[in-house]
Amino acid sequence: MLNKARGLMAWLLGCALLMGSPATLAEYGKRWAFNMTSGVTPSSREIYSLHMQMFWWCVAVSVIVFGIMFVSMYLHRKSRGVKPANFHESTVLEVFWTAIPLIILTAMCVPATKSLIALYDTSEAKLDVVITGYQWRWKYDYLNEDLSFFSNLSTPREQIEGLAPKGPHYLLEVDEPLVVPINTKVRFLITAADVIHAWWVPALGIKKDAIPGFINESWAVIEEPGIYRGQCAELCGRDHGFMPIVVEAKTQEDYQAWLTEKQAAAEALAALTEKTFTFDELYERGQQVYGQWCVACHQAGGEGMPGIFPALKGGMSVGPIADHIDIVVNGSRGTAMQAFGSQLSEVDLAAVVTYERNAWGNNMGDMAQPIDIYNHKQGN
Amino acid sequence: MAHGPAKGFSRWLFTTNHKDIGSMYLWFSFAMFIIGGMFALVVRAELFEPGMQIVDPNFFNQMTTLHGLIMVFGAVMPAFVGLANWMIPMMIGAPDMALPRMNNWSFWILPFAFFMLLSTLFMEGGGPNFGWTFYAPLSTTYAPPSVTFFIFSIHIMGVSSIMGAINIIATVLNMRAPGMTLMKMPMFVWTWLITAYLLILVMPVLAGVVTMMLMDIHFGTSFFDAAGGGDPVLFQHVFWFFGHPEVYIMILPAFGIVSAIIPTFARKPLFGYASMVYATAAIGLLSFIVWAHHMFTVGMPVAGELFFMYATMLIAVPTGVKVFNWVATMFKGAMTFETPMLFSIAFVILFTIGGMSGLMLAIAPADFQYHDTYFVVAHFHYVLVPGAIFSITAGVYYWLPKWTGHMYNEVLGKTHFWLAFVGLNVTFFPMHFSGLAGMPRRIPDYHMMFADWNMISSVGALLFGGAQILFLYIVIATVVRGKKATMEVWENPEGLEWTVPSPAPYHTFITPPDVK
Repeated sequence: MLNKARGLMAWLLGCALLMGSPATLAEYGKRWAFNMTSGVTPSSREIYSLHMQMFWWCVAVSVIVFGIMFVSMYLHRKSRGVKPANFHESTVLEVFWTAIPLIILTAMCVPATKSLIALYDTSEAKLDVVITGYQWRWKYDYLNEDLSFFSNLSTPREQIEGLAPKGPHYLLEVDEPLVVPINTKVRFLITAADVIHAWWVPALGIKKDAIPGFINESWAVIEEPGIYRGQCAELCGRDHGFMPIVVEAKTQEDYQAWLTEKQAAAEALAALTEKTFTFDELYERGQQVYGQWCVACHQAGGEGMPGIFPALKGGMSVGPIADHIDIVVNGSRGTAMQAFGSQLSEVDLAAVVTYERNAWGNNMGDMAQPIDIYNHKQGN
Repeated sequence: MAHGPAKGFSRWLFTTNHKDIGSMYLWFSFAMFIIGGMFALVVRAELFEPGMQIVDPNFFNQMTTLHGLIMVFGAVMPAFVGLANWMIPMMIGAPDMALPRMNNWSFWILPFAFFMLLSTLFMEGGGPNFGWTFYAPLSTTYAPPSVTFFIFSIHIMGVSSIMGAINIIATVLNMRAPGMTLMKMPMFVWTWLITAYLLILVMPVLAGVVTMMLMDIHFGTSFFDAAGGGDPVLFQHVFWFFGHPEVYIMILPAFGIVSAIIPTFARKPLFGYASMVYATAAIGLLSFIVWAHHMFTVGMPVAGELFFMYATMLIAVPTGVKVFNWVATMFKGAMTFETPMLFSIAFVILFTIGGMSGLMLAIAPADFQYHDTYFVVAHFHYVLVPGAIFSITAGVYYWLPKWTGHMYNEVLGKTHFWLAFVGLNVTFFPMHFSGLAGMPRRIPDYHMMFADWNMISSVGALLFGGAQILFLYIVIATVVRGKKATMEVWENPEGLEWTVPSPAPYHTFITPPDVK
């Protein structure tokens, strides 16, 4: 009964939301959307046009074939007293309905081949971005700009679990979007660090697998400023459905301003390595880091998932601190535990180790400082 | 002269009779169909509305994986082998299968394979959660420990399939009654002969790929691990070299079934028999050179993409020939619409729709948008559910009176058809839309813009599942009682199976029939 009421509330809320702000869903799609987007790049428009051409060919053939079928189902039924004919062979007909599809298919091959060759031409790009898939987040490296960052799902857990109303970009929002300039040929170099992922943004007309050990290429020239959303498209484990992609296309000036700001912020973060933090500062920061990076596998209470993801309540967290730092920094080969040393800053690593050693009744009382992490990475 | 069956459980355990083994295959596949269907309902229940309500994402992945594995290897393939066991000897005038003891063995290892596969659900870390296509390294380095049991169960299923296929080839090539030349064989026998060759050629490839996984997991090799010099894309090439012929393994015998049913109820011979045989062979051959169309987004060179795109589009030609021939068979016939005919007509229409979306998927640039979305889910369910499941259902209604000696209840049969037909379309048609609108497959939660289509799909799935319970009732009721069936059952059906009494005696064609 309560559930029913909640369902009804959610439904009404959804309707209200939809009427109140028709634009909120428009940038990615809308309710009852039933067709492919034509997108905002020359490639995506090309793909859309191929899709529609092929669709109409299919409709035309279906109308003829099903038409003949339905007519004969109506006319040639025993209840109308017809006598069955006895013909069962015609070479002319067989040749005819072998040739016609061949002609249609050849007609479709020509534009498809042209588009494919154009889609594969990644030459003369103005900006290169390396995209790396991780379980379950994306990393963006701006080549030649000395800038790299991770992009995580930012939808709160309460919304996923139905404890809070869902926002307009539910599951399609991230903390740090990929920002690119408009009217510029951007080349994406796509790879992965663990399992296979796929980077897919419908409005850009790009879907490319991110494969460990391979670097795939794709490109886009985005023509309109805006926010374009997509998702991982290759099953990559438990949180496959929770690693969205957000691309923000800005004008050249806005892009430059953003770049400068990001580079300054990265420097400020690096400077924190030398600072000494109090226990409370580390614990608090560690809680946030844990919630964003570790919780998917090791769970909110540190209990893990038996047989796949080890518990951090007890276990390794109450062992020697050097081992703890090592596994967080270097990962555990042959398991799903990644090497976070290259993914998180020294501050965040120190904070999360401190948090894990003191949360959920672990109460080790010790802590790691950023400089300890730095020293560990240097091999001291 | 004819010996009756043994009594009690040993009849089923030790039987070498093709009819008994056929029945066991069919009951086993129905049980798997129900289990796989329940897994699908768990998936549809979680996807009923946005948000995580019922299961954990990891368990959701186990459900999608096992739904696929059980339906492919447990429901569809054994059902076709069951029909082959029952019908092929009777259709070619043979007393039994060529290798009856192996026949018993190839059935009886199956329950153990599936018991092992399903038991992984209760193991620490859970069952397989990497999709039925089990792409490495998600299925190797990152897999739950139970993956070893999964690999072993795949091995057993493969052995069973290969033995079944050898048996069918040996039977068809050696046991035909005098006068039953190859080009006089019913289409069902032809399609199964070609299917059996596909099975023998690709099941070892599947065994090879899972063995490579086993080596990577336990013996330190790096076939699919890039960090050790291996290649994750190699897995996909080998898997789909098996996987693509596999999908034709699940559809060619279906072509044979509807090619038997449509002429009977159109009261007109099958149009273009010879071209049907050649088209089936052409589809079988082409199935070996199109595998990488499942991999358009892995980053193949443009020449590779073009080759696989052209080859895939070519498959539309022989498939089109088959559809046109069925339509030409109906044209100017005198049709009636009993349950098997309804399922067969639905097969032709819905399979064609699935074929059309397949053609769209073949266009490599467009596939960049379709790939791994619900559009693909809609496509392969349109070819597999109305393709394999509807044809099997049609075959069961068509031959049930021959097997049991009783007519099924026509009103209930038609009710089953309409419930299944409506359920299927309500479930799978909206998936075209959610996929084109941008919903990836294999996700447990989604944005609100996909909510409406998903809710409709979930309602349809419940309807489709419910319809199968009615099917179970109809079959049991027919086995137990019902109007006596005549020898011919239908009006002038073609084929040797209609020249023996209903129910078919335990041993048929002890002396070979005369084939004109």
